[in-house]
Amino acid sequence: MAYSDKIRGTYQGQLKGIQDAGLFKQERFIHSPQAADIEVEFPAGAPLKKVINMCANNYLGLSSHPDVVKAAHDGLDSRGYGMSSVRFICGTQDIHRELEQKLTQFLGTEDTLLFPSCMDANAGVFEAILTKDDVIISDRLVHASLVDGIRLCSAMHDTIKHSDMEHLEEKLQLHADKRFKLVVTDGVFSMDGDTAKLDEMVRICEKYDAMVLVDESHSSGFIGKTGRGTHEKCGVVGQIDVITTTFGKALGGASGGCVSGRRELVEMCRQRARPYLFSNTIAPVVVAGVLKVMDIISKSTERRDKLEKNAAYWRKGLTEAGFVLKEGDTPIIPVMLFNAKLAQDVSRALYDEGIYAIGFFFPVVPQSQARIRTQISAGHEIHHLDKALAAFNKVGQAFDILGKTKQEIIAKYGM
Amino acid sequence: MAEELKDIVLKYVTKEYLEDDSEPLTYDSPLISGGIVDSFSMVSLKRFLENRYQIAIPDEDASPEAFDSVNKIAALVERFVAKKG
Repeated sequence: MAYSDKIRGTYQGQLKGIQDAGLFKQERFIHSPQAADIEVEFPAGAPLKKVINMCANNYLGLSSHPDVVKAAHDGLDSRGYGMSSVRFICGTQDIHRELEQKLTQFLGTEDTLLFPSCMDANAGVFEAILTKDDVIISDRLVHASLVDGIRLCSAMHDTIKHSDMEHLEEKLQLHADKRFKLVVTDGVFSMDGDTAKLDEMVRICEKYDAMVLVDESHSSGFIGKTGRGTHEKCGVVGQIDVITTTFGKALGGASGGCVSGRRELVEMCRQRARPYLFSNTIAPVVVAGVLKVMDIISKSTERRDKLEKNAAYWRKGLTEAGFVLKEGDTPIIPVMLFNAKLAQDVSRALYDEGIYAIGFFFPVVPQSQARIRTQISAGHEIHHLDKALAAFNKVGQAFDILGKTKQEIIAKYGM
Repeated sequence: MAEELKDIVLKYVTKEYLEDDSEPLTYDSPLISGGIVDSFSMVSLKRFLENRYQIAIPDEDASPEAFDSVNKIAALVERFVAKKG
């Protein structure tokens, strides 16, 4: 047997190391559809508990929307379950192309290509469009999937300090000799909830003849007046060369993603992006669901408007309670606790109060930046938010962190 | 040249990689193994040194170990400057 005691012992040791460091991840089993109110089994084997979900990416509350569920049922009936093929052999249906065209229109780009996930879109796009003669300049806080995609590409890679446009300009000067320059950023940064300065970035990139790629996973559907994304908020629709985004968050929350942008760049992905070439695309049932989502959000801004109001209400409530928050105006509102154990303890105490909100700590966020990341949804009603605020207040008082500064919390609980 | 070179590298690394509230660096601070500079961001330091000293540092010499402290970087640069003659 190849799996020897030595091999097993090595992995057991590594797993124990992760546990000892307090970094072991455990899943909580949800027994209900994804929504503001969910039923959770935690820890495994415990009786089900009804809690308010404050940490889903279900920004528009469409994950279990009856119209989306019905459209998915209809899609299953009319187009079947699976394709048993990659796109370019016999895995493309009419509805795949229909969704690509709707996304192109919605995002204000030239063309779109679906991927099994945005992780796959980000894994494939760089290698498909760049070579060793090019340079990628990315924000230091971009999502891990972008980092992985950049690693798979032969282009030189450099970074800039988070949202530092002077630094970007210096780097574009430093790399002026490269064939192509591609600047990479998240639209909304998932851990901090702040927004990229896309207007400034586009202006600087025009000056230095650089392309811009934005991952809009935490913005598509709700950022900007009509929910097109960060590029709409910053007034640069049509000026972003590549947008990658997901359907696994606001846009129904099931799975799938895309690369959308300049026609030739999208076509290069169709010809060369390995996750597109060597993996089945999104299942028909999911495509049918996302098509309905696109219909809903194209017809009305009601849900993104409600989300905006909910997020402002929640941020105001936490601020008045005396929590330290990250600045921002998105539905991602991180409650800063700085200490990893404190973040986990607060999360557990909130759960006991019927609130599901997860602690994040190193290596997901930098050392000494542990937090509870709260995420607001259009599926939340004011009574959900009031109950959650009451729980946060109670737990905050119990841990004596309300009205305390960062320095005071660190002095009490450590880094 | 050695002290001046170290000072230039130290200033560049501080400006390029450190946040405002970071602990100050020394010539021996572990830059890469200490998580101050990630291997991606090493690119700009390498290009800065190549431009400033008009040298070319081959990728095989630009290892994370060779870039792990200001002292080590200075030694590397001096070696290539000497080669240039």
